[in-house]
Amino acid sequence: MEKEEVLALVLEAVEEWNQQAEDEQRLEISPETRLLGRNSKLDSLGLVNLIVLVEEKIADRYGVHLTLADERAMSQERSPFRSVQSLAEYAHLLLTEKK
Amino acid sequence: MSETAVMLISGTRKGIGRHLAETYAGRGWQVIGCSRKPSDLALPNYRHFCLDVNDEPAVQAMLGEIRKTYGRLDALINNAGIAVLNHALLTPVETARRVFETNVIGAFLLCRESARLMQKRKFGRIVNFSSVAVPLDLEGEAVYAASKAAVETLTRILARELAPLGVTVNAVGPTAVRTDLVAAVPDEKLQALLARQAIPRFGEFADIVNVIDFFLRPESGLITGQVIYLGGV
Repeated sequence: MEKEEVLALVLEAVEEWNQQAEDEQRLEISPETRLLGRNSKLDSLGLVNLIVLVEEKIADRYGVHLTLADERAMSQERSPFRSVQSLAEYAHLLLTEKK
Repeated sequence: MSETAVMLISGTRKGIGRHLAETYAGRGWQVIGCSRKPSDLALPNYRHFCLDVNDEPAVQAMLGEIRKTYGRLDALINNAGIAVLNHALLTPVETARRVFETNVIGAFLLCRESARLMQKRKFGRIVNFSSVAVPLDLEGEAVYAASKAAVETLTRILARELAPLGVTVNAVGPTAVRTDLVAAVPDEKLQALLARQAIPRFGEFADIVNVIDFFLRPESGLITGQVIYLGGV
């Protein structure tokens, strides 16, 4: 699978998140959208929700259950959850390793 | 999405789990059950999955199937469990591992995967199973009681973590009920256990259903992180 395909899935998850989120936590549908830190609109529970949505979409599309918040993700100096783009890249990396 | 409320019950092949499946299916819930071996429970609104509750891919696949078929999950009854009665000095480590794998890891996995689905509708009721073996510190049940103590802590912390998602998490701690789980326990042990209860009788299925009903009620939205023991323990 291509990186762009996984990015599209993550963007779909963001769209779905926006449907259930309160106004102030709705995100821009863009690879550059920040998910962590001061420039992010998400609170910690919002981020958990978004990660769950991404995992669900990947399971439905590829039949693979990923654990995105694995120990490696948690121990990286630059968190893979900092933006939509980095989240998609990390999901792509895990998917490639699993295939 | 299904119009009918959906309940997942683990360990439904026999004993308490089977009774719960029959009871709630009889009351009109769509009941999903699971156990390691097939079930002969044939009801139109009952569906069975064969799996080990500590098998992560199998549990994920089951919850994926529930999500795709019904689009919702309203309640999880985490009933599957194994007991071991043995002096600590004679308990094989493999047995200890097996008990923790089923009672703790299995319960955790089902809570985690179920809550993911429940939070979509901002509603869910999780009922875990503890045991009076925890507060009574029953001799011969060190491993079993320790696993159930872990379930109680899981219940209290998940109650906090899942509260913002609209999911309550509670536990029922039954006394001995005459099922396969206690069939191998010598009679004098059971009598000694009963003697330590305020109300010294065996638990019936109905006693457990009553506590679960309380946790499930819409009015119980402010009840979470609680463990209710039977028998006045």
